[in-house]
Amino acid sequence: MPQFPATVAAPGPEHTSDRASGRTSEDRTLVLNMGPQHPSTHGVLRLVLEIDGETVVRVKPEVGYLHTGIEKTCEAKFYQQVVPLTDRIDYLCPMTNNLAYCLAVEKLLGLEIPPKAQWMRVLMNELTRINSHLVWLGTHAMDLGAMTVFLYCFREREDVLRFFEMVSGQRMMTSYFRIGGLALEPPLGFFEKVKKFADRFLGNVDEYEGLLTGNPIFVMRTKGVARLSAEDAIALGAGGPTLRASGVDIDLRRDAPYTGYEKFKFNVPVRTEGDVFARYVCRVQELRESIGMVQQALAGMPEGPIKADSPKVVLPDREKMKTQMEALIYHFKIITEGFTVPAGEVYQAIESPRGEMGYYIVSDGTAKPYRVHMRGPSYANLQALAKMCEGGLIADVVAAIGSIDVVLGDIDR
Amino acid sequence: MPLDPPITEIEQLKSHPALGRLVEWNSSVVQAVKFDRDELTIWIEKGAIREACAILRDSADCPFNYLADLTCVDWYPSEPRFEVVYHLLSIAKKERVRLKARLDGSSPAIESVTSVWPSANFYEREVFDLFGVRFTGHPNLQRIMMPDDWEGHPLRKDYPVEGYR
Repeated sequence: MPQFPATVAAPGPEHTSDRASGRTSEDRTLVLNMGPQHPSTHGVLRLVLEIDGETVVRVKPEVGYLHTGIEKTCEAKFYQQVVPLTDRIDYLCPMTNNLAYCLAVEKLLGLEIPPKAQWMRVLMNELTRINSHLVWLGTHAMDLGAMTVFLYCFREREDVLRFFEMVSGQRMMTSYFRIGGLALEPPLGFFEKVKKFADRFLGNVDEYEGLLTGNPIFVMRTKGVARLSAEDAIALGAGGPTLRASGVDIDLRRDAPYTGYEKFKFNVPVRTEGDVFARYVCRVQELRESIGMVQQALAGMPEGPIKADSPKVVLPDREKMKTQMEALIYHFKIITEGFTVPAGEVYQAIESPRGEMGYYIVSDGTAKPYRVHMRGPSYANLQALAKMCEGGLIADVVAAIGSIDVVLGDIDR
Repeated sequence: MPLDPPITEIEQLKSHPALGRLVEWNSSVVQAVKFDRDELTIWIEKGAIREACAILRDSADCPFNYLADLTCVDWYPSEPRFEVVYHLLSIAKKERVRLKARLDGSSPAIESVTSVWPSANFYEREVFDLFGVRFTGHPNLQRIMMPDDWEGHPLRKDYPVEGYR
């Protein structure tokens, strides 16, 4: 077991005051341990802060407390058995993970997905983004002392989780997207309920903004805090709203469209200030854009099958499996032996709520992936955190952590 | 949708900005290329990886300024055993390229690219931790996922999935 230092560690040998060398108390810095169990680190993130009075001199993130070896586990599973593992990586956006994995395997197989499945994927993916941003907004505001926003955000998040439960039977670990399409048809009345939600959600966003955007306490805690320049953001690999708030105009949904995003109209909010407030504005604007895409998806939802016509890869419907010999054989084969994927490798990147989420899959032509690597957006954003905090005040570290929207499951995998 | 056969001729792929720039700089570092499933892979001579990355990052017409991902694949028991994989993205031109460097199984080591992209820091630590590949010139090459006193490198293919019991 690693030995953790006490909450306030004694100054290291290099920091002890040494009268002989002429160092005074002003030269001394204090090493302060924050986390891994700390309510505002959003999970089990540990930061080792070196502070000089109230000023942060150095930040050292320590991760790995949630490491579960998912990449290793994937190598021992059939391709279709990996889908439920992907939910557990970034647990705030399970469908984004499902989508990235499914797209990567479909690219390896060269599989075409029917239009209805694509539109459903966009619809659910944007609802996932709303879900993730609502958790971020609620917890971020709570970190900065605004308790009410948290309650409002979780009220709407509950609605989104109910939609997840309707389509997949699960609130968080959905596994709704499968290789070749979707797991199930959306139930009766689903679209009407989403439509009702989408119609009133913009009013809810106004409500959150009314509590925060003009709130002098919130503005003072966020404006000009934890700045990150565009050059640093690119060099440190930051992604998503963290990158866009620094003035870099990139969104993979627009620049490298996947699963039919090229058919949707939306704006990509970009700010140039690069501070916590700019990241807040970007994400809240994305909430509005996402609900616009949900409405477009509802309006243009095509009819048709939800699974690709590829019996060797896609499980047959339950009904067919019970009545047709052929379907039963395919079902048995897929479950017991899996399906083989032609040898090769792909890197599929998609825009998750936190930035570029990439799945790198290497196939050796068997039924199990040879290597699966997940490029988590939080892992890269965490490297930018040190740059943001250094030179700032210790109270702003909490604002900075909230502003990069860190999910530890995504970092440690 | 049947898959197109991969293209492996350097001459046919020279129009890609990354390969064009590398061949123009020093064609001897390019060991092999493959264009498969709309993705370009370039195998780089392992001693030249840092310079090749710096050349691509500073390329004038298509700067690959963003290191999207850095990881490793273990091809045990064949040799050269490890392949370190770099995924680069050009934010301006929205182009992607994959660089690979092959390493031997006995004491694998390669030059770090942290001087080109500071973001490589965590990725290289992760590869060092889980594969045991050393990155020379890395500022802080320590384990990142596993405990400091852990023995072995879990993502190697000769490491059992359930761990050593």
